[in-house]
Amino acid sequence: MSKVNALLQGTLNWVDERFPLTSNWKAHLAEYYAPKNFNFWYYFGSLAMLVLVLQIVTGIVLTMHFKPDASLNASGVPVAFASVEYIMRDVPWGWLIRYMHSTGASAFFVVVYLHMFRGMLYGSYRKPRELIWIFGMVIFLLLMAEAFFGYLLPWGQMSFWGAQVIVNMFSAIPLIGPDLSLWLRGDYVVGDATLNRFFAFHVIAVPLVLLGLVAAHIIALHEVGSNNPDGIEIKKKKDANGIPLDGIPFHPYYSVKDVVGVVVFLMVFSIVVFFMPEVGGYVLEHNNFFPADPLVTPPHIAPLWYFTPYYSILRAVTYPLFGIEAKFWGVVAMGAATLIFALLPWLDRSPVKSIRYRGPLYKGFLTAFIVSFIILGYLGMLPPTPVRAIVAQICAVIYFAFFLLMPIYSSLDKCQPEPDRVTSK
Amino acid sequence: MKKFLITLLFAPFLAFAAGAELHLDRAPDKSGDMAALQNGAKIFVNYCLNCHSASYMRYNRLEDIGLNDAQIKDNLLFAAEKYGELMKIAMQRAEAKVWFGVAPPDLTIIARARASEFGSGPDWLYTYLRTFYRDESRPTGWNNMVFANVGMPHVLWELQGDQVMGEDHKLKLVKPGKLKPQEFDAVVGDLVAYLKYMGEPVAEFRKRLGVIVLIFLAVLFVFAYALKREYWKDIH
Repeated sequence: MSKVNALLQGTLNWVDERFPLTSNWKAHLAEYYAPKNFNFWYYFGSLAMLVLVLQIVTGIVLTMHFKPDASLNASGVPVAFASVEYIMRDVPWGWLIRYMHSTGASAFFVVVYLHMFRGMLYGSYRKPRELIWIFGMVIFLLLMAEAFFGYLLPWGQMSFWGAQVIVNMFSAIPLIGPDLSLWLRGDYVVGDATLNRFFAFHVIAVPLVLLGLVAAHIIALHEVGSNNPDGIEIKKKKDANGIPLDGIPFHPYYSVKDVVGVVVFLMVFSIVVFFMPEVGGYVLEHNNFFPADPLVTPPHIAPLWYFTPYYSILRAVTYPLFGIEAKFWGVVAMGAATLIFALLPWLDRSPVKSIRYRGPLYKGFLTAFIVSFIILGYLGMLPPTPVRAIVAQICAVIYFAFFLLMPIYSSLDKCQPEPDRVTSK
Repeated sequence: MKKFLITLLFAPFLAFAAGAELHLDRAPDKSGDMAALQNGAKIFVNYCLNCHSASYMRYNRLEDIGLNDAQIKDNLLFAAEKYGELMKIAMQRAEAKVWFGVAPPDLTIIARARASEFGSGPDWLYTYLRTFYRDESRPTGWNNMVFANVGMPHVLWELQGDQVMGEDHKLKLVKPGKLKPQEFDAVVGDLVAYLKYMGEPVAEFRKRLGVIVLIFLAVLFVFAYALKREYWKDIH
């Protein structure tokens, strides 16, 4: 036995002299000290990693049978559309891989939205974690691009017309707009050229950058250490060995805890995959079971649920300004709505980080923001009516007010004192 | 160009606002009823699979609904040579377009595509197939309650008979067909059940497997939670 141990130790030493294996293991897992008071909201970071891996693995398998080809086969069906049905029927377990991938896309946005909300609850974006937040926001934008490119690939009616609408938005930009949208499509209409380039973006370009940014996100996190539900720095109170008094090693404590979160997540995920893969048309839209037809415009084009809050904001802008059409300002408002999160570290002037010690002003604004975000998301799925347009405009104003008024209300707020050590509630 | 693009962006919503309410009858749930599915397959192959293809569906997949290769070959193979082939048709799409104004769509996943906020895909099909009525203003002589000015004539006419639209916008049977109304509804129910099955042949297996997966995860949860408790018992 001691011989085996010696051999293993020798091998490890051999590796360590050539690659920082042990030191990385310690720095990121065994001796990365995380606050001991993480709660429910702290599961979603590791779950986002899990979904990323799920999407990459199922995606690789799907590319083995998917054909990014918009031409019609002998039965008059686009080859790309038919290849998805081939995966669903003739590829062994193809249906499971495909449903995992389509459900995984929505699951990704669920966990990422909850992960972002956690950051807002506990002020995780505040100094010294601004860069973690910025990396996270770029990841969020890339995720939206990834979802948008991927949604075209099944080449159904909603794929086609959704891409048509989104690419046309770029044409609203003055001067360069029309040429820009032509350049994005590679054609005058969404067509085979568009399908092939979106395939390239979806399977390699965006995931490659995404993986790099996830690594940067985690490296930056491990440099400054994790925030916690009390929003205080555990590194301020250390023991004689320099270990934070309220810190526990990530591995094994949080690795075993995250496994529990993973199992619960997989149960919810499996309920969707096995019992309701379409989720009533919210994850797989009914109209997308018709192959793309450039001659038939669907009666109602709406993006999938994770884009609808921003889509509502786009539609809420109905006034032309400075002689430029309303559509352009809608696109600007939509872009601003997604980018404005990145400014949070500098908009927030509160003396405390966590919602636990903030005053009523911040709590009120955050609640109003969340409610308007959900209403915008709901309205974005529905066809607009005059009443809905006014509701969307009010919600859009609240949405932006939460961010733009933050320097004022966060510094005026009556906060409670933060504790010295973390608390377990 | 810009105007065109704006119209493209907003036209769908204007169009939707003008759309009317659609009342659909509930299709009977016959999933798992092998006799009904087999009867539905027979009707599908006899009445539909001449103009409509089901080009993602293989004949031998019908093993799912209790048919063996010999039964498939003897009873259902009219358009194909081998039972491993896809359910394709001989009619050319370009010619079909001239005859009907539009090429008849592939029906493999029609039961999934026709779902909407008004009802499930099977509900739509069940209502559609039972609400053809005589309309001499149409080239085929037929019109439909849920699919106005449809290109398809009433293919199941000899079974249902002739319906006409009354002044109260309700359909009346004026010339009975081979089947009584209840019998006809049952036959359409079988056909729709088959179309639903064909839309996702794996659906029944998927649900059965899901139960096993959830039981496995529940057991795994017990162990994962116990492990977490064990590690965390000293953390206060």
